Amino acid sequence: MTLALSHFSAALLFSVFASIVFGITQRNTTRDQIRYGLYCFAMFVGGVIVAGWVMWILRR
Amino acid sequence: MANPSTTKNETVATKAAAQPITAMSVLAPALGWLIPGAGHLIQKRWIRGLLLMGSIVIMFVIGLMLEGHVYQPNGGDILDMLGFVGDVGAGGLYILSQAMSWGHGAISHATADYGTKYLIVAGLLNFISVADAYHIAIGKKP
Repeated sequence: MTLALSHFSAALLFSVFASIVFGITQRNTTRDQIRYGLYCFAMFVGGVIVAGWVMWILRR
Repeated sequence: MANPSTTKNETVATKAAAQPITAMSVLAPALGWLIPGAGHLIQKRWIRGLLLMGSIVIMFVIGLMLEGHVYQPNGGDILDMLGFVGDVGAGGLYILSQAMSWGHGAISHATADYGTKYLIVAGLLNFISVADAYHIAIGKKP
């Protein structure tokens, strides 16, 4: 059984799971864990979008 | 005048004495490596354990479904060895994939390489999870 994902959806799924683990392991309280997890997710997705635009600019 | 190296050794010894080796401090990381998230579950951190287990197992399964490559211990090449170190972090999942001969798909498209990265990162995230389970076991983290 195989799975076909687009580049963006693969990056998005990666961000979700990595952010959950980072949030739980890098902070102590539940509130901080949720906040740090959301921060990591935003940074991952933001990084993907910024990298995408940088590559678009370099290609032009 | 005090010998600095003696003072340093005494400080290290004091810290070691403050964190004695308990059965849980050995069992939680070992179990957490073998079954992702189990190191937290055994310490009754149910939600954290289930979230870690779900995240790491799903990442590993997605990696296999994307036809990612599971590295062997005798890869020969330095990058293969590093890939193996990442993969082996997934513990029981890695052992299962070897037993079932999963992860031998040829990389013929871009997302298969993503699969390889998913597998490696799932293992590396489990290493972090194991360290966290240890910190909980020794009382360093609530």
